[in-house]
Amino acid sequence: MRKLAITALAATGVAFGGAALAQDQNYTIGVSIPAATHGWTGGVVFHAEEAAQMLEEAYPGLDVIVQTSPDAPSQASAIEDLAAQGLDALVILPFNSDELTGPVGALAGRDPDLFVTVVDRGLADPSIQDLYVAGDNPGFGRVAGEYFAQNLDDGAQVVVLRGIPTVIDDERNEAFRAALDGSGVEIVDSQYANWNRDDAFRVMQDFLSKHDRIDAVWASDDDMALGVIEAIRQAEREDIRFVVGGAGMKQMVQRVMDGDPMIPVDVSYPPAMIATAMAVTAGSFYSQAPVRGTYVLDAELITQENADRFFFEDSPF
Amino acid sequence: MHETRSHETTSIEPGTKGETPARRPARRRRIDMRALSPFIALAVLLVLGAFTSPVFLSVENLTNVATRASFIAIIAVGATFVIAAGGLDLSVGSMAALTAGVMILAMNAVGGADVSTIAIGMAVALGVALACGLFNGLVVTFGRIEPFIVTLGGMGIYRALVVFLAAGGTITMTDWDLRETYRPIYFGDVLGVPIPVIVFLVVAAVAAVVLYKTPFGRHVVAIGSNEDVARFSGVPIRRVRTLTYVIQGLCVGIAILVYVPRLGSATPTTGLLWELQAITAVVIGGTALKGGTPFVWGTVVGALILELVANIMVLSDFVSEYLVGAVQGAIIIIAMLVQRSLQRGR
Repeated sequence: MRKLAITALAATGVAFGGAALAQDQNYTIGVSIPAATHGWTGGVVFHAEEAAQMLEEAYPGLDVIVQTSPDAPSQASAIEDLAAQGLDALVILPFNSDELTGPVGALAGRDPDLFVTVVDRGLADPSIQDLYVAGDNPGFGRVAGEYFAQNLDDGAQVVVLRGIPTVIDDERNEAFRAALDGSGVEIVDSQYANWNRDDAFRVMQDFLSKHDRIDAVWASDDDMALGVIEAIRQAEREDIRFVVGGAGMKQMVQRVMDGDPMIPVDVSYPPAMIATAMAVTAGSFYSQAPVRGTYVLDAELITQENADRFFFEDSPF
Repeated sequence: MHETRSHETTSIEPGTKGETPARRPARRRRIDMRALSPFIALAVLLVLGAFTSPVFLSVENLTNVATRASFIAIIAVGATFVIAAGGLDLSVGSMAALTAGVMILAMNAVGGADVSTIAIGMAVALGVALACGLFNGLVVTFGRIEPFIVTLGGMGIYRALVVFLAAGGTITMTDWDLRETYRPIYFGDVLGVPIPVIVFLVVAAVAAVVLYKTPFGRHVVAIGSNEDVARFSGVPIRRVRTLTYVIQGLCVGIAILVYVPRLGSATPTTGLLWELQAITAVVIGGTALKGGTPFVWGTVVGALILELVANIMVLSDFVSEYLVGAVQGAIIIIAMLVQRSLQRGR
């Protein structure tokens, strides 16, 4: 985290060169995020809290309030409570697009000066937001697909584990398939495993019984990859060359870093995008640089060479 | 309920129905069908699976499935007690996650790759699960609150505690050597029978003895069949009912002892929806949701059926991944309809 936050701050520092001039101004940024209910949101909470501390140090006069909510209705109330404290900007990672569009829209309507930053899951009405920061879901599938196409031979057989049936999962999966087009790599099977380690173990055990030859597995998520690896180990199969997960979980990045032949790469979908959103939002107050727009963070291929950039010792994820 | 009471439990029936001797043979036959029907459903499913895929009947596949079914089977045996006594426990999935999390944290804290570390972890796991079960039981009986509400609350509490302990991330066994020492408890076998399968068979056998051969078991059924009659007959309702939740806790603890060595970790999504699977297994097994007439072996078969259905879905090529849930649900409903028609047919 530290490294990324510094990079992010350095970037804002360069982009908003006038920062020092305006640092005596007082601004309040409210950050509303889902409570840590699974690994990725755990990472979001961690990075939001780290970024809040760093930004307050970097910009005296800036106050950052981080608020977590266990579900969509309480997030709607939480942003009301935040607004009551007199916000200049709201950074929100909504539970879901539809339920929170209304509450955020109402808030923005009441206070036209409120700067609204939306992260990861877009609102149903994009005109509400001033800034949108998100991960690249099609890119997430494409980067993995390209790795498969480049590193597997013509006629190689691949199995795919999918997450929970959602738009996100569809986008990733379609892009993965598109990237394999024409490479001769064949997807022989695909099943939902709900981004869950136990389900992935179960599905992979059955894939291993069903298919005599599997060259590689796209687990599409690091949690699922861990279940897959355990199933392969139990079956004592030598034909599987590698497993690719995704998201950038600490344990998996560690294995990429260590050069584990089963986990040669990972694909990033960083929870630290919340820190990017917060840094750019803060920057908007302390400089004249234009920041409004959409920021899509690349889904990057994490390799042994660059893995240290994605490894955050203290993060729970 | 009374008409279909199994022969094992007739000893506590006060004979209030006043049935005529002439009706007895017909009744006995129906009872047998009820106990047998889960096994028939299992056999039908095995035949269906064999047609679906050539690898279905391989020893490897069947041992995989039986081993995977062990957690739900063990937990569902506990649920058989709770449900037979007219209760319900929705908290078992969260309880399992909390137990696994605390067990791993305890083993990490003790450190070392010795068997003694695992023994301490196991003791902690059983302790946590028993405490959760006791909590559920006491609130239900002494708090006089509907078990649905109490265990729904428990579900939220235990799940939140895991999330808190994991800080939203994953609780993992940090000592690699310890993982390797513990691993055979899930992946090992004795004479070809996987250890988790042995565990669930032993748990079910003990449960069957307790339910069918002890005064406590008869009390459980008496409360589930008719609480008022049981009270007037001097059955210690609160104690018996609380104990059923404690037994449920114990079973969750035992399930976790074989769960943790599989992946060596607990996450906030561990055990999600296990409560529904356990209840479904109990009902498929022939135990009525409204209480009375427990079928322990039917419950175990119910857990196997659930896992087999999922297995057949993955092995088969003609069900789209989008429709798996629907076909799974349909198979379970059809299995239940077949069972019921078998019970009705004389």
